[in-house]
Amino acid sequence: MDLSAINPVLLIASLMVAATPLLLAALGELVVEKAGVLNLGVEGMMIVGAITGFAITVESGSPFLGFVASAIGGALLSLLFVVLTQFAQANQVASGLALTLFGLGLSALMGQSYVGVKPPSTPKLDIPVLSDLPVVGPILFGHDMVLYFGIALTAAVWALLKYSRVGLILRAVGENHDAAHALGYKVVRIRILAILFGGACAGLGGAYISLVRVPQWTEGMTAGVGWIALALVVFASWKPWRALLGAYLFGGVTVVQLNLQAAGVAIPVEYLAMSPYLITIIVLVILSADKSGAPAALGRNFHASR
Amino acid sequence: MTVPLLRLQGLTKAYPGVVANNNVSFEIGQGEVHALLGENGAGKSTLVKMIYGLVKPDSGTMELNGTKFAPSEPRQARADGIAMVFQHFSLFDALNVAENIALGMENPPAMRDLASRIREVSETYGLPLDPYRTVGDLSAGERQRVEIIRCLLQDPKLLIMDEPTSVLTPQEVEILFMTLQKLRAEGTSILYISHKLEEIRTLCDHATILRLGQNVGECIPSETSAREMAELMVGSALQTPERSRRTPGEVVLDISGLSVPAPSAFGTPLKNLHMTVRKGEILGIGGVAGNGQDELLGVLSGETLVEPDAIKFEGRKIGALGPNARRGLGVLAAPEERLGHAAAPDMSLTENAMLTGAVREGLENRGFLNWGAAKEFADRIIERFDVRTPGPENAARSLSGGNLQKFVIGREVLQNPQVLVVNQPTWGVDAAAAASIRQSLLDLAADGTAVICISQDLDELMEIADSFAALNEGRLSAPRPTANLTVDEIGLMMGGAHGMEVAHV
Repeated sequence: MDLSAINPVLLIASLMVAATPLLLAALGELVVEKAGVLNLGVEGMMIVGAITGFAITVESGSPFLGFVASAIGGALLSLLFVVLTQFAQANQVASGLALTLFGLGLSALMGQSYVGVKPPSTPKLDIPVLSDLPVVGPILFGHDMVLYFGIALTAAVWALLKYSRVGLILRAVGENHDAAHALGYKVVRIRILAILFGGACAGLGGAYISLVRVPQWTEGMTAGVGWIALALVVFASWKPWRALLGAYLFGGVTVVQLNLQAAGVAIPVEYLAMSPYLITIIVLVILSADKSGAPAALGRNFHASR
Repeated sequence: MTVPLLRLQGLTKAYPGVVANNNVSFEIGQGEVHALLGENGAGKSTLVKMIYGLVKPDSGTMELNGTKFAPSEPRQARADGIAMVFQHFSLFDALNVAENIALGMENPPAMRDLASRIREVSETYGLPLDPYRTVGDLSAGERQRVEIIRCLLQDPKLLIMDEPTSVLTPQEVEILFMTLQKLRAEGTSILYISHKLEEIRTLCDHATILRLGQNVGECIPSETSAREMAELMVGSALQTPERSRRTPGEVVLDISGLSVPAPSAFGTPLKNLHMTVRKGEILGIGGVAGNGQDELLGVLSGETLVEPDAIKFEGRKIGALGPNARRGLGVLAAPEERLGHAAAPDMSLTENAMLTGAVREGLENRGFLNWGAAKEFADRIIERFDVRTPGPENAARSLSGGNLQKFVIGREVLQNPQVLVVNQPTWGVDAAAAASIRQSLLDLAADGTAVICISQDLDELMEIADSFAALNEGRLSAPRPTANLTVDEIGLMMGGAHGMEVAHV
């Protein structure tokens, strides 16, 4: 056992990488739930995004195109959820579960010829001087653009929900869709846009796993991150910055336990492997002691009757 | 007279199976307070939704100030100067007052400016409001202020008010009327929907009466008696429930020092309640919604358990007994919410009859259900209470509100209760059905049952109750005989004007 092999700077840098897929998926779902829709298909949309992004990157050689494609792929899959819940008025829980199962199967089919392929690597930020600074350099200035995008998106979602008119309308729809309809807001249209945004974010998060974090394609490689993202939204009390905190906590524990495994700590691997899930949920449960924030119309279908 | 503000011509709107509005025409003048009268289901709501752009008419035209007016969405109607205060508030509990108001405006100013304008307008019209309070914490009267101020901020030409006074104390109603009269003096027209006829007689200049979707007449309310208007609404002569003389017997239900914490964040705690009810007495409990009515019903029915000796029935301590044990003793209850609380919406009437009748009607035997007897019981309720339904196998959801209400009240009445607790027994029920429900409560009391009637309809309580107590913020006033109570006294018992004041300008 050799704990001195663990480098704290690299640890922090890699926890940020580990947290990003979760953060992106959680932010997307946060917006969806704020609009009053419960989409349990995050895992499915992530894995479809993962393979779409992977395939396009391999074929085109451009990770940028790959990430764009992953967002489109996730959004396309969420379109299925839109049709089921917003037009056919199907139950949201069942539709979301179906979406996850469908996404897992579809991605396995799409990815058959990509197993074992190595994708072109995603370029990292390289600012002369700044990126070479000790400690600060690798942590703040040595990442790829998608990671920064994730942090920027947290700020953007927070500001949008809190200060903008669009955010206010979105919250209103999630709070009381009948009242929003009576005031003349297009409940279904707003929800569709939110669901598509959630799908795109989940897809992006998935591609981050297959293109940056791992990077290669294996079936079912999202390994439950989509489910953690769902839990994260609830335990973060629908607050973007808390979602960021939770994601980084999850990423941190993941990276630490991997390092502990490598260092040969005398704790069974199974316990280490389950620790990120366990610790994240425990901390967030404690944080979410104030039960505020749940959109009142969450999971309820809206139908404009008289 | 000049051009009317709004002219409706031949408006028709049909839904599958019902014609909600059939060829309705009338006019609203400039600066006129126009009443729209009608029973539940007469098509009042559909009509105003067409004016507000929420529903498109199948045929017919509307003219605003002499030009054609066909709003395709509320936004357009608002832009043309039409504002609406909804019957079921269109408010968002988790948002604050300013945010709620911003949502109802086309181009809201920045939050800080909006907040100061809200303060300004609310002071002017005597409806004080703090723009930063969360709406979920407000009382019903305060919520209505939010809606009214939302409308006033847009300088409407026509203000539509859908049953605005059903949640207000008499004092609050008086202040609301002052505000409306002030608006009328400024030239705003008001379309006022209500079925409280006395209010309409004091406030409105003109009235249009709808029945089954058709315009059946117009009148000048101040020159027409309430009875005439009611008969126009119903289409037949009204029967007033008859009270027989009775002398209350000994005390059957005795509640002393009952306190219950609030069941949820938006609930009301009950604070130190005392009351006694005698055999053959009807105790009316008034008060504005949200002052502890639901909680009180929960305590009396046994849904909320309390200390055993807080509630005594004929000397027995029953505070800790659940609903079925209380049913066994003869303490029955019919809650307010028909669908979901009093009846299971997707179950048939037979099944619903089984649900509360099993104990007293002997519909079950060692865990086995006797469906034959349950159906017979349901049939009996349908027949005795004139419930309009094809048969007891129909789902509770398929009945209209009034019919289902007759069913759920009848179901308890027929079980020969010793004590019957009802909450809002005639809420949303048309006048004829309401009269028959009230009559059945009076008959029950005449046979020696103690009845507790929780209601927000003061006229109803005055009509049937022997004594009246008011529930205000979870406290119950001392009961007083109804015989010589005045409206002012009742209003004060209900907590007065809740900090409202008369318009200043």
